Amino acid sequence: MRRILAILLENEPGALSRIVGLFSQRAYNIDSLTVGTTDDQTLSRITITTHGDDRVVEQITKQVNKLVDVLKVLDLTDMQHIERELLLVKVYARDEQSRAAVTRVCDVFQGQIIDMGKQSYTLQMVSGKEKIESFLDMLRHETDIIEVVRSGTVGIGRGDKALRN
Amino acid sequence: MNEQFNGSQLVVKALQALKVKYIFGYPGGSVLDLYDALFQQSDIEHILVRHEQAATHMADGFSRSTGEVGVVLATSGPGATNCVTGIATAYMDSIPMVVLSGQVPSNLIGDDAFQETDIVGCSRPIVKHSFNCRNASEIPYVLAKAFYLAKTGRPGPVVVELPKDILNPNQYFDFNMPSEIEMRTYNPKVKGHPKQIKKAVSAILGAKRLVIYSGGGIILSDTSAQLTQLVESLNAPCTNTLMGLGGLSGTHPNFLGMLGMHGTLEANKAMANADVILALGARFDDRVTNNVQKFCPDATIVHVDVDPTSISKTVRAHIPVVGCLATVIEQLQDAIDASKDRIDRGAQEDWWYQITKWREQNCLSFDTAGEKIKPQEVVRKIYDITKGDAYVCSDVGQHQMFAAQHYPFKNPRQWINSGGLGTMGFGLPAAMGVKVAFPLKEVLCVTGDGSIQMNIQELSTCLQYGLNVKIISLNNRSLGMVRQWQDMMYEGRHSSSYMESLPDFVALAQAYGHIGIRVDSRSELDAALEKAFSINDRLVFLDICVDESEHVYPMQIKLGAVDDMWLKKGVQA
Repeated sequence: MRRILAILLENEPGALSRIVGLFSQRAYNIDSLTVGTTDDQTLSRITITTHGDDRVVEQITKQVNKLVDVLKVLDLTDMQHIERELLLVKVYARDEQSRAAVTRVCDVFQGQIIDMGKQSYTLQMVSGKEKIESFLDMLRHETDIIEVVRSGTVGIGRGDKALRN
Repeated sequence: MNEQFNGSQLVVKALQALKVKYIFGYPGGSVLDLYDALFQQSDIEHILVRHEQAATHMADGFSRSTGEVGVVLATSGPGATNCVTGIATAYMDSIPMVVLSGQVPSNLIGDDAFQETDIVGCSRPIVKHSFNCRNASEIPYVLAKAFYLAKTGRPGPVVVELPKDILNPNQYFDFNMPSEIEMRTYNPKVKGHPKQIKKAVSAILGAKRLVIYSGGGIILSDTSAQLTQLVESLNAPCTNTLMGLGGLSGTHPNFLGMLGMHGTLEANKAMANADVILALGARFDDRVTNNVQKFCPDATIVHVDVDPTSISKTVRAHIPVVGCLATVIEQLQDAIDASKDRIDRGAQEDWWYQITKWREQNCLSFDTAGEKIKPQEVVRKIYDITKGDAYVCSDVGQHQMFAAQHYPFKNPRQWINSGGLGTMGFGLPAAMGVKVAFPLKEVLCVTGDGSIQMNIQELSTCLQYGLNVKIISLNNRSLGMVRQWQDMMYEGRHSSSYMESLPDFVALAQAYGHIGIRVDSRSELDAALEKAFSINDRLVFLDICVDESEHVYPMQIKLGAVDDMWLKKGVQA
């Protein structure tokens, strides 16, 4: 089962490598990983999407919590939450027909055209994982994809619930 | 103005403040300044090993026997990487250790400089935590933190990397040692949750067939006396893991022996038939459980551990209790004493009757009919000669299991072995570390012809520091445990498990300045042991030629339940 873990940890050199190392050392999956500082500059926040059965996910959560740098771990999938991913995609748009098609797909999916070249459009979309994948499928149907850049999922709890120090 | 110190002096000052008495290490380019600072003081003695791996095992043995943090000092690059096996050994058995590693100067890090290795990276999966120290002024704080992390919660090794420039003797700083360490990200749980304690006590007192299964946690947390009290107040049968031996005295009437792969029949049978298992500081290792799918299907498992990751990792605990053993056992004992419920004594009598029947099978018996010396009889004789009071440090293999089975350990910290990692070469340096801590005590290294050669160079260190341990080598001219598996599972094809061209160990011991005694036949054994144990001012290397065909029994049958066992060659329980 897919899980989204939000991790607050010390913003120190080596902290990220301990998280990544833990996953590879114990043969856990990383589907995506993002990291950045928080409003508190001494803390970083990592969002990891992973998958595994309940027993594995329980171990992952405990093992991450055990790392000395880690302040808090929250399994967002257990609660109401919002998840987003940023997609940047460059597609061929050589003629009127393909430009129109790409623009149409972009409109339907509420993506944006943020740059263009002589033969290409660069698009942006912020959404959940499923919508991004459908968007890419439709683009693939209309034209050829040149380059895909995905930020990985970030997530936050709904309502007043917060993960902070 | 405060007196100021250079980085090397700050390391020494901090170690002194942390009450370190011994450092085990080996000098090299990046730590020469630190060695110079060590030279100019007398509070801390540096023990010079012959290979850094041995320094880690010595520090480890020192720690296991005393409970204190073992301290290692190595230079950058090969010095540091030579420590890796010892760090992993300590990590697997949760031994508090601080490894100070040199590093090339900060401005050269990343340039593939001479003797540069990213030791923090290399050791990351096998440490509790590690530090790249980057400023001399933070040395005391980093060391205080390293020691705090090493010894609190579930203990473990901590690596501190010290680049050469911060040890520079010409730059001076204030010495600020923190009086206590507080970390927002690290607060090991001490007290068990009251609800869980209540559930645990109700399961324990409701049990008809209770077994207490205790592990290395009892030794590490110094809770042997509390465990004994708990066992006695419940009149519960108790088994110890390999790491937990000595937690309950091996001579205690409630002791069932070790459990697991080479555990006793009564211990494994009791586990398999228990209705409630109280696991204290044990981690349901695969060498205990055998096939987890078949593990104790009828038992309610109460699992107490300071490390939540140990709980329900391999075997699902029905009643998990996270907390320090000292506190949790006290909570359990208080709640049991205060409870109106009492354990069902009638059911317990039936349970003990059943256990006695298993015990009567005398599963550790062995055949002494042949002419060749049996390894088991050597261990038993050593037990008699030392009155069961010696520190027994073991290497890894058949001799390790024979020692664990046939030398009942009366006290915690008396039995020292590499249980989790199974590191051959551990025994001799570990024994040396114990001897450093307890120079007047009898310290044995029970080893074999394979293991002893993995750190044999330390015989030189023994001479230098007068570490007069007794080496009992059960020499079977082969890698006994490998050979046993090949006999049992590979139709006797002894692929690379025999030792050709063994050295003359007597001559080797003598070459290093020690006494060597060779024993070839049973008729010589008693006299040789008597002679060896009459010598206290020299290291004695006993090279005892034992029956190479002997196997360790009992032995769990692969993929079976905890109590599916071979009792002898071809005989199942």
